[in-house]
Amino acid sequence: MSEMTANGVGTVQRGTNAAPPKAIAGISTFLDDRVGAGNFLKRNMRKIFPDHWSFLLGEIALYSFIILLLTGTFLTFWFKPSMAHVIYDGSYEPLKGVGMSEAYASALHISFEVRGGLLMRQMHHWAALLFVAGMMVHALRVFFTGAYRKPRELNWLIGVGLLTLALLEGLTGYSLPDDLLSGAGLRITEGVAISLPLIGTYLTFFLFGGEYPGTDIISRFFTLHVLLIPGILLALITAHMILMWVQKHTQMPGKGRTNTNVVGAPFYPAFMAKAGAYFLFTFAVIAGLGTFAQINPIWLFGPYTPADISAGSQPDFYMGFLEGALRLMPAWEINFLGYTLPLSVIIPALVPMGIIMTGLALYPFLEQWVTGDRREHHVCDRPRNNPHRTAIGMSAISFYGVLWLLGANDEISAKFHISLFVTTLVGRVMIFVLPAITYAVTYSICIGLQRKDAEVIGHGVESGVIKRLPSGEYIEIHVPAAEDIADHMLDKKPVPMLPGADEAEERDGIPPKSMRGPLGKLRAKMSRAYGGEKIAIHQGHGHGEDEHAAVGGGDDQSSIGR
Amino acid sequence: MTENEHEPERIDERVPKRVIGTPSPAESTALLGTGDDGSPQGPGPLPGVKFQDEKTARKGERIAALCFVITFLAAIGFIASYVIFQVGDIDKTAVSNLALGGTLTLAFLALAIGVVVWVRMVMPKYNLVQERHEMRSDKAARSYVAETFAQGVEESGFVKRSLLRRTLLLAAAPLGLLPLVLLKDLGPLPGTVLRHTVWGKKTKAGKPRKLVVEGTGAPIRAADFNTPGGILSVVPEEYTHDLNELAKSTLILIKLRPEEIKSGTNINWTHDGIIAYSKICTHVGCPAALYEQTTHHILCPCHQSTFDASDGAKVVFGPAARPLPQLPIGVDEEGYLIAKGDFPVPPGPSFWERGDAEAEVRAKGGQA
Ligand code: HEM
Ligand code: FES
Repeated sequence: MSEMTANGVGTVQRGTNAAPPKAIAGISTFLDDRVGAGNFLKRNMRKIFPDHWSFLLGEIALYSFIILLLTGTFLTFWFKPSMAHVIYDGSYEPLKGVGMSEAYASALHISFEVRGGLLMRQMHHWAALLFVAGMMVHALRVFFTGAYRKPRELNWLIGVGLLTLALLEGLTGYSLPDDLLSGAGLRITEGVAISLPLIGTYLTFFLFGGEYPGTDIISRFFTLHVLLIPGILLALITAHMILMWVQKHTQMPGKGRTNTNVVGAPFYPAFMAKAGAYFLFTFAVIAGLGTFAQINPIWLFGPYTPADISAGSQPDFYMGFLEGALRLMPAWEINFLGYTLPLSVIIPALVPMGIIMTGLALYPFLEQWVTGDRREHHVCDRPRNNPHRTAIGMSAISFYGVLWLLGANDEISAKFHISLFVTTLVGRVMIFVLPAITYAVTYSICIGLQRKDAEVIGHGVESGVIKRLPSGEYIEIHVPAAEDIADHMLDKKPVPMLPGADEAEERDGIPPKSMRGPLGKLRAKMSRAYGGEKIAIHQGHGHGEDEHAAVGGGDDQSSIGR
Repeated sequence: MTENEHEPERIDERVPKRVIGTPSPAESTALLGTGDDGSPQGPGPLPGVKFQDEKTARKGERIAALCFVITFLAAIGFIASYVIFQVGDIDKTAVSNLALGGTLTLAFLALAIGVVVWVRMVMPKYNLVQERHEMRSDKAARSYVAETFAQGVEESGFVKRSLLRRTLLLAAAPLGLLPLVLLKDLGPLPGTVLRHTVWGKKTKAGKPRKLVVEGTGAPIRAADFNTPGGILSVVPEEYTHDLNELAKSTLILIKLRPEEIKSGTNINWTHDGIIAYSKICTHVGCPAALYEQTTHHILCPCHQSTFDASDGAKVVFGPAARPLPQLPIGVDEEGYLIAKGDFPVPPGPSFWERGDAEAEVRAKGGQA
């Protein structure tokens, strides 16, 4: 770690005679005398946080959530979660004298008669979109860099829970204003719930307090939306943060970064200030969107009635994949013994969501099972260096993407003048074919990138300098890759494999116990395919070889975990 | 856990170890602040902490200060906008929204930029290293916990005294059910309400129920609804504002030429080429509100289920599995369209107890 010392050289000697002002010192002493906060702070103020742009994605979600709490609380001061029938008498002329629910009337009131109300409504809705989007890209970062590996599986599971709850929170929120668009979403929710075998009718009757739509659902959703789900979200987010704090953040591979250290900036003051700035940015972006980009103009849709619908209605983006699944499904329905199984609803409602959420939740454990890897990991993988994982991830994205696009099949068909029948049929094929193609393509891209890395390390990079050899031949001089880039590349390790899996096939002896029987054989086979080194990196030029061996990854395997 | 586990690792051991917030060797009683002797506190230059040169820092300070002043002004602007711009109609609201949102955005944006400049140009560059330790606690701690746990089990008698243990478990079992029981009154049981609509019932006056236009509530004289290709959204008389009823009784009324009507449609339930189908999509219940005159297709905008209105509203495309149920209609003595009975099968989305209602009707010799 001697290079660290070098950075300290030449700094101005700052004897800090900057003592904190009396007032702050007084308060902190008062607190410490009573709760002993000093011990905690002593250990944590200078906690090191590694730096990488992709580590900020989760923060988008976190800050959006805070903004949701703030703007949402503002909305509750005027919103009336009631389905009582009222005649509108507010300031929006086109709806004067129209009968509607109190909920819709109060949402109009917030929009037109409360100063800043429209801004808060729009910010709330934009923040909701950013919250879910932030969570999704954050989860993808964690997936593709393998940051979910031991010891972070629990935080991964919490994350999957958060994502699921956020969808529910969005669904309940979207239904509150009780305009024609929000009602259409509610109707679909009801239609899906009632299709469930055995419990469907009871579930909907309990949820809606009788037949759809009844007079209870808005107030019930309100309680779920502003109390129950945010409460659980808050608890889970807190747990998520505490675990991250205790386990320390993962870091990207690079110079001086190993599995037994964290390299970066201290929480106090640098990271704290940066995080604060990032929160302010998120706030500014959401405020800007709320100001300049109209969202959910409920006054244009009119009050909800189950007899009407506005054509081309679209749900929020995070519901798009469910919508697409519903649209894609052929009309299957089974009747037997006097009962009905509406597969055309149940399958799209449960299967894609089930595959995605269960797949996410189980992935760390399946990977462990396949690789037999029980060690702790604190250095992120570069996606290319675990090609099967990356291919699985991309394949899942394409699966989700097809569903999501098909959620707007009517718009696609109108825009590109393709018949609706064709878009849907293409979608039905694509949902199976595209993930397979994506898998194959991603895998070969990863291998290609690995090969390129190996080349850069092995032969260096083209310098652009042409040299004439004594023989008269011209060659381009290759120079070693820049040190930081080389370090980033050299941290590559083979994907772990079950011990003995690589030989289990050829060896005529008895395979290890874990690899016997059909399941064991499958496991060994998967381990062979998933694990191992696809393209090894060999250093050619005699550039800092020993140093890299030590710094790059030498001590990684040894010290942490077993 | 060792005391200084989280302390940035120091390479040069000659630098005295000291962590911010800890009392300096010189006795001090304050958590933050100088010792009594006034000796300077806090970390000296650490390895991995590279201070900015004074020029950069000075420049950073000025830029950040400018940003903070902008935030101050924008915040004042926000308050002023709140006072100045009233709301009340769509144009005024738009102006107010722009003023409030614009100043708010500017305030946060400038503050964010100011803090970033502060971090980047004034604060040092850090490249600190901290050690990481395995998450698991050490052997001694583990075995201490295991022993203490066993000791507690022993002391409490939970294992030894089986009567105690078993009755406790017995007590806990029904308690877990209470919340579920309590939720029963969330809603009535479904019964058979989903199978019937108000079309099957006479009006309060004991007359057959009229079909009325959605929105206006006007009854429809068959003779007036006479353009082939015409379409109307229709609701039951007396229930024009009952959302529960509308959610299953709304109709789509279509006028066809007699020769266009195919065998899937029950001719006896039509009147002079006027056919009434449930408007509630059999997929998940959206109103199937779009109609294409040339093909006689009824299209549901939610997931594009398409029904052939000329042929008993059978499904020609999309995820809906069943045709839209047809309502038997006729006219009363004054020539107004009326319902001659209920839908033969439950309208709307499928549900578990529904069964193959269409087949049952056919088995009884009817047409669904
Ligand atoms: C945490 C994630 C949250 C999400 C994803 C979310 C999402 C939404 C959405 C999409 C709407 C419809 C907005 C519109 O009218 O355009 C909404 C409405 C609403 N939300 Fe939230 N929300 C969240 C948290 C909260 C919280 C914490 C509160 C209150 C403490 C809250 C209070 C409200 C209220 C009162 C409305 C109805 C007001 C109106 O529509 O004008 N929300 N929410
Ligand atoms: S509700 Fe009509 S197609 Fe889905």
